[in-house]
Amino acid sequence: MTFSLTYKLYGERSILIEWPSFIQDDILFDLLHFKDLIHLNGLKHIKEIRSAYNSLLVVYDKKLRAYDEEIKVLNAIYKTTSISKKTYNSRLWKIPVCYDAQFAFDIEALSKSKKIPIDEIIKRHTNVIYRVCFIGFLPGFLYLSGLHETLFTPRKATPRLKVEKGAVAIGGNQTGIYPIESPGGWHVIGNSPIPFFNPKQDSPCFAKAGDQVQFYSIDIEAYNHIKNLVKNNTYVLESEGING
Amino acid sequence: MVDVLQAGFYSSIQDLGRYGFQDYGVPYSGVMDEQAATIANLLLGNNTKDAVLEMTIIGAKLKFECDTLICLSGAYMNPQLNKKPIKNNKVFKVHSGDVLSFGKLESGCRCYLSVLGGFKTEKVMESRSMYQHITAQSTIRKGDKLAIEPSSLKHERHYSNLRINSSYLLNSTLNVLKGPEFEKLSIKQQEQVLNTNFTISKLNNRMAYQLESPIENSLESIITSPVLPGTVQLTPSGKLIVLMRDCQTTGGYPRVMQLTKSALNVLGQKFVGQTVKFNLISKF
Repeated sequence: MTFSLTYKLYGERSILIEWPSFIQDDILFDLLHFKDLIHLNGLKHIKEIRSAYNSLLVVYDKKLRAYDEEIKVLNAIYKTTSISKKTYNSRLWKIPVCYDAQFAFDIEALSKSKKIPIDEIIKRHTNVIYRVCFIGFLPGFLYLSGLHETLFTPRKATPRLKVEKGAVAIGGNQTGIYPIESPGGWHVIGNSPIPFFNPKQDSPCFAKAGDQVQFYSIDIEAYNHIKNLVKNNTYVLESEGING
Repeated sequence: MVDVLQAGFYSSIQDLGRYGFQDYGVPYSGVMDEQAATIANLLLGNNTKDAVLEMTIIGAKLKFECDTLICLSGAYMNPQLNKKPIKNNKVFKVHSGDVLSFGKLESGCRCYLSVLGGFKTEKVMESRSMYQHITAQSTIRKGDKLAIEPSSLKHERHYSNLRINSSYLLNSTLNVLKGPEFEKLSIKQQEQVLNTNFTISKLNNRMAYQLESPIENSLESIITSPVLPGTVQLTPSGKLIVLMRDCQTTGGYPRVMQLTKSALNVLGQKFVGQTVKFNLISKF
């Protein structure tokens, strides 16, 4: 099936394409397929295409005085996606996380307020395979869907001024990793020793929209070991391909 | 090289921005006033993409270690070359050892300095625009040496004498298009956003300008979606936030209006306490 899309002019040079307002895999796959197809069509005046949960933003290199025409072109491309695929070519990334108290500033308070033992919080956080919906907020920040419902936690009333690089946290119905040090209102439950953003690399993030992520728990020794390997540029992140 | 003797209030190297990396969560960045930066570059015969120095409210003090040509545009900060007053929008020869300094800010908020060939500071992800965690520095600092290409000046002759219209620095009307969530506003809210004189809050920087005078708001957040520099967001408290060049790539507040490119230049020349008004246009 294909979705009923809305096209809106956004500023003088962009068209926003919106899917129904839901966070779900079939919508994400459909919009990522559409994004790939627009790229394949090689329209020269398109500067870039950005994606989020249920929207694409097509940015042009000039003012869109005849944007109705551009919308017709885009919609014609979308119509060629007659059968929406249920999957998307992607990778599953295995992310090490240390849930030790020295990083997990908020896990004890979370355990008390939710009446869930710390071990069980870690189990529920690592048992799930998350979907990378898109990257936003900070360079390299993955928007992940799939958090276990019992771990949903409203954001803090007062954000922390400094959340460490690598902090793994829960905010609302989302979980994520802070790729760089930043202020933040999420509850920190661990830390990952691997880098999520490197501006000096051709591809600054290893993950992309559509990929999957699973966390696994490591102790402080393993954390320091991986940190060292990362420092020496010898760490290889574990992943497997998933064919769509 | 250019020696930074004093950095000023907030000065950074900027070009037209970092495009093609938004899907990694990387902001566009780039000069806040593209018109002024472009004039400063073009008067020197530079490429419009060459990097310039953007100075905010208080100018820097710079010593040149080689000969070059310079041009200033945008905010007027009473510039002086070796303590002699010089003008904006005019090309000046600079010799090794010369010192450029600035005095009181008279109009606008951001002044642009171009040098022949542009500043050659660190390029990351195809841009020299400074941004925290992308480039090594987010601003220039006292003691920095900024790379530029030396020029013999022997063959450099500039006869151009352009009359530059700087009246936009005094403009307080911001042309806007409807944002993706404009129609979600009630008629009363639409009238409020379009008829209020908004004062710029002290919370203004290269990422966003917050505006005082909240309007009534009952709109719910949206599912996080792309945003652009110039997007006017309506926050739960009813305050409007205008996103600027260093803004995040995505956001969850309703996007009620979108500034035109030229309105974004106008706002980038405003500071705390000044007022602005939105003017809805349908054709551009």
